[in-house]
Amino acid sequence: MNARDKILGRIARTACAESGEEIAAYLAQHPRGPLPPPPENLLAHFAERALKLSSDILETSERAEVPAMLARYLQQNSLPMRGVCWPSLTNLPWRQAGLDMQPRPANGHDLVGVTGTFCAIAETGTLLLLGGEQTPATTSLLPETHVAIVDPTRIVATMEDAWDLLRREFKQPPRSVNFISGPSRTADIEQTVTLGAHGPYRVLLILAPA
Amino acid sequence: MQNNSADFKRQVTIKLADVRLQEALSHLQTRFVEGRSAVIGEIHDLQKTRNAAAEIRDRVLNDLEHWLLYFEQQATKRGAIVHWAETGADVNRIVAEIAVGHGVRSAVKSKSMVSEECGLNEALERAGVEVMETDLGEYILQIAHEAPSHIVAPVVHKNKEEISDLFAKTHRLPRKTGIAELCREAREILRPAFLNADMGISGANFLIAETGSTLIVTNEGNGRLVTTLPRVHVAITGIEKVVPTLEDASTLLRLLPRSATGQSITNYVSVLTGTKDKNDHEGPEHFHIILLDNGRSRLLGGEMQDMLRCIRCGACMNHCPVYQNIGGHAYGWVYPGPMGSILTPLLGGMENAPDLPNASTLCGACAVVCPVKIPLPDLLRKLREKQMQLGMKSRQETLLLRAWAWLALHPGIYGMTTGIAVRLMRLLGGEKKLLHSLPGARGWSGGRDFPAPQGMTFRELYRQGKRL
Repeated sequence: MNARDKILGRIARTACAESGEEIAAYLAQHPRGPLPPPPENLLAHFAERALKLSSDILETSERAEVPAMLARYLQQNSLPMRGVCWPSLTNLPWRQAGLDMQPRPANGHDLVGVTGTFCAIAETGTLLLLGGEQTPATTSLLPETHVAIVDPTRIVATMEDAWDLLRREFKQPPRSVNFISGPSRTADIEQTVTLGAHGPYRVLLILAPA
Repeated sequence: MQNNSADFKRQVTIKLADVRLQEALSHLQTRFVEGRSAVIGEIHDLQKTRNAAAEIRDRVLNDLEHWLLYFEQQATKRGAIVHWAETGADVNRIVAEIAVGHGVRSAVKSKSMVSEECGLNEALERAGVEVMETDLGEYILQIAHEAPSHIVAPVVHKNKEEISDLFAKTHRLPRKTGIAELCREAREILRPAFLNADMGISGANFLIAETGSTLIVTNEGNGRLVTTLPRVHVAITGIEKVVPTLEDASTLLRLLPRSATGQSITNYVSVLTGTKDKNDHEGPEHFHIILLDNGRSRLLGGEMQDMLRCIRCGACMNHCPVYQNIGGHAYGWVYPGPMGSILTPLLGGMENAPDLPNASTLCGACAVVCPVKIPLPDLLRKLREKQMQLGMKSRQETLLLRAWAWLALHPGIYGMTTGIAVRLMRLLGGEKKLLHSLPGARGWSGGRDFPAPQGMTFRELYRQGKRL
């Protein structure tokens, strides 16, 4: 008998509480647990929570303004004017804003990475990013500065709302689904929070309609 | 990891006298205890949410065979390979086989307490694979050749100066003194390891049956790097970690980081499903999930099953007056504090951890803060009863308990005996009203005086009709 059969054999001796149908029904319904009360203003709540996570936020009503806005931010913070962006974002006027944004996955040397956002979660000020050919996960991970463009109409109240959106738009979750909540951090040394561990040191959110 | 729990009493004495450890432990209390209390109130209805969380865990534990099989089926559909391991040694063998099979020479690892149960790093190094821990705390421990002393903050027992010295010695770089500089140095040392590793090893906070995914919560980003860059990913976790749906994981996620570190959410929550698509530029080509039993299945259906609800937040140890004073190493194995005092004897054998079920004042703080409502003091008490049945208590303790039990069944004699004892203690207490030693409990009075009883006994007051 192999380990699988032995382990399952021991487990099988304990009682079964639910029938196969009940379990299938539970999975089909995927009921929600107790939820936080819905915020009055999704955008305001999201922004408040994101700021608490040490993310920076800029806002524009014109998507074409994003590169110029980013250029100013990078200049003000003495950050390089080049980096990588998601291949899905090549249509933005990066060059006109004086930025060199390469549409490829990030390597260990890229200092700025620009991504879109699948949706954002107001409850905690979190971004939800899906990995894929046009949306590599390394862009939000390897560079020291992560810039995420967030469509304000895609801010949902809770994690559960985000899962529903994912189920509506995809048959199954892509390989990597990442919640990102501010710059990477560690408190391993003397329980003192330090921003910038193995991931980005700073996260800039640019709220711009799609 | 070798189990040294039997050495508990000796270790306690050493740890209590360790000034640096005592200073380090004070950080834990301020950051984690106050941190939790600052954000736990954000949860709209905490008790309802804790009940829901316990229910989710019970649902799975009551039908674990079904949920594991469903998870295995979904994960396999997406290209993952699910392995089953009876013991830690089996995990080590499976990981070594995977490494050899894929021609792996170097591996990067994010934090996994289950891999600590197995002693995986040593085993892989014996198999010729170079392993690097990448969680900052675990990395520090790896280069210091030490074991974690906390399941969330593994290096809580070390202060900044010790880490500065260690880095200067190991990295051969100028000694840094600021915490941010130390973190930067570790980042720069570890970055090439991430980029060049053939294999990434992670744990899994939850296995999601619905989608066949592993879910990991991290702050540093190393968990994401380990599961994104290398061409092979191995996730190791316990068989009890399944949750049914993404919604269930969300309920637990509202509680886990708040209970653990006082964060509303960790920096990263990664839901990883299957291998990379053929068009993807990144992600592992091979994804192996190892499910470890190591004594867990024996707890199902028994009076200790509730322990398997545990989501490893560490709140019970942060709030435990015993842990707060001795730290994690004294407990002798992977899991310290109240949850460790229960898990260590259950997974590693009662006889190997005789003191742990008794290393609690039963104050109940752990049960109050446990996000999945594990009745930790009740389980500790059950283990003590089991010790009694197994004849593990000393002759002296057994005799004392028997005598007390007999007295308790004879109220008249009980009142008389305690009345005499109280008067005798008052007499011996003298002017200072303190007893320097107690016969039969010299261990206790060795470090402190016992205040002599004052005034009338409860029975005397009760007879006089007085109410307190």
